Amino acid sequence: MAENLLDIRGLKTWFKTDDGVVRAVDGVDLHLDRGETLGVVGESGCGKTVTARSVLKLIDMPPGRFEAGEILWKGRNLIPLPAEEMNKIRAREIAIIFQEPMTSLNPVYTVGYQIAEVLRQHENLSRKQAVEGAVEMLRLVNIPNPGKRVHDYPHQFSGGMRQRVMIAMALSCKPQLLIADEPTTALDVTIQAQILELMQEMKDRLGMSIMLITHAMGVVAETCQRVVVMYAGKVVEEAPVEALFANPRHPYTQGLIRSIPRVDRAAAKERLEAIPGTVPSLLTPPPGCRFAARCKYAMDVCVTAMPPLKEVGPGHRVACVL
Amino acid sequence: MSETLLSVKNLKKHFAVSGGVFAREVDRVHAVDGVSFDIGKGETLGLVGESGCGKSTTGRCILRLIEPSSGEVWFEGADVTRLGADAMRALRRDMQIIFQDPYASLNPRLTVGAIVGEALQIHGLAKSRRALEERVLELLETVGLQADHMGRFPHEFSGGQRQRIGIARALAVDPKLVICDEPVSALDVSIQAQVINLLEDLQEKFGLTYLFIAHDLSVVEHISTRIAVMYLGRVVEIAPARDLYDTPLHPYSEALLSAVPIPDPTVKRKRIMLEGDVPNPIRPPSGCHFHTRCPIARPDCSQRSPALEEKRPGHWVACHYRG
Repeated sequence: MAENLLDIRGLKTWFKTDDGVVRAVDGVDLHLDRGETLGVVGESGCGKTVTARSVLKLIDMPPGRFEAGEILWKGRNLIPLPAEEMNKIRAREIAIIFQEPMTSLNPVYTVGYQIAEVLRQHENLSRKQAVEGAVEMLRLVNIPNPGKRVHDYPHQFSGGMRQRVMIAMALSCKPQLLIADEPTTALDVTIQAQILELMQEMKDRLGMSIMLITHAMGVVAETCQRVVVMYAGKVVEEAPVEALFANPRHPYTQGLIRSIPRVDRAAAKERLEAIPGTVPSLLTPPPGCRFAARCKYAMDVCVTAMPPLKEVGPGHRVACVL
Repeated sequence: MSETLLSVKNLKKHFAVSGGVFAREVDRVHAVDGVSFDIGKGETLGLVGESGCGKSTTGRCILRLIEPSSGEVWFEGADVTRLGADAMRALRRDMQIIFQDPYASLNPRLTVGAIVGEALQIHGLAKSRRALEERVLELLETVGLQADHMGRFPHEFSGGQRQRIGIARALAVDPKLVICDEPVSALDVSIQAQVINLLEDLQEKFGLTYLFIAHDLSVVEHISTRIAVMYLGRVVEIAPARDLYDTPLHPYSEALLSAVPIPDPTVKRKRIMLEGDVPNPIRPPSGCHFHTRCPIARPDCSQRSPALEEKRPGHWVACHYRG
């Protein structure tokens, strides 16, 4: 088996609100091997983004807090790590890109300044070296005319180009892991295809791993080797990508795959299989399986105890009594 | 195609870009640049394209929520663009719209009952308070909401439920045509499927005609009878849904379709990568708007603008070299 880079064990990230404690991430186990692209999928509020941000400790505390669990990065637990130690890991070992390239870039600085800032902060480069490094990074992500564009401001770039700038910034210190949080959700399909291709190219070139957070099953199918499906703060299924799509075992995963219209199927006019109901509140999650209320196979046992993840095939684990 | 319900002819909308000390018009955005299509009674015409292609502006110009710059919109024997305010208000009973953002399109200070009932009151469709209430209840049930939802406010509902409220509001006046402007884009996939199924059921039940505007090609293909593809303010291809997906003729439609990720890791396709971004609509490229990114462009594409022509039965394309 490949080297284990990241290992999250029993992670609980909770948030204190006026209405009570929101259990956004409530006992998540997942791991990521060196060189692989892991997809983390689920719908709004399932905890995928909080899981991703927990890894880099980008959660505001308070209101957030790590209630339990460990985040092992190359065997070292990140949770108790002091801030300055954590800063050495950010950008140099683990980097992140976000969904909204406009809001994650500072509008009053040139993109070159912002990339150079990362290089100066983490690599101790001189101002001049850092700017040269920024130009190099922009060239790497295929931005035309990088020597000139480095002096432009974020608003002078299109959405797709801004996401390229974000990727350039994230990769500037050659991290071993790139966490991509819905990197293409705000982009048009043709631009999305360009960005996904760029990420793949960068991964091969820099030999890094990718944790791709997304709600789009199509994107997962085309880019990931392994997939973790989350629902209401918990992992419900984990499998190699082929096994997940060929043989989804959790009723939620099945519903998720069947509810998407398929462009490539001739018999596409059949009715979509919708999942009834809505996601439960994370303030007072139901005691049993969190999907039970929407599950067509639910039995009495489902509402009393949360089933643990159990192995059903090679690398294929599912949290369902069935 | 069945009897035509709506006919859009050479519709244009130019937005002025003002600048300078006196805020003079310095430029124009050609948001919609000569769009024509028909929608048959009972059918769903999908209107697809990427951000900024003018699909939403087209939808709004049809309802005159945005005044078109020129062109005609024929609906049941009348040119909508020439109607006076009263006639227009009466016509809005027949043409309704559902918006993308279920959070922004419902008044947060009104109860669901008031939101759904408002149009009934404006058009004088309820004889009494009691009749109004009964009709609102009936509408809520039709879209899968419950009677006790009537007195609640929009913030008490999830995104999918809010979109149901928006649909109930549009249906209140028994419209013939409903313009659905990205109705499911803001929703999670499992909820998206619920709303798509609901729209299909309602179409069957009430014989509705839809103009379905969206950027998600899988959703559009699923729900539409025919599809029009827009690029930079112009329609580049119109075809029956299946034809468009099986044999796209315009190089832009082809690239767009090949870029849609397929949720099946065993499917391996050849992807046509488009270079660069969509050009600025203030100064769209000369000739065919797509020639700057087109893989099959020839020199004259930058000079002559291709007309939309029927190259196969029911399949219209605007390209000099395809079809």
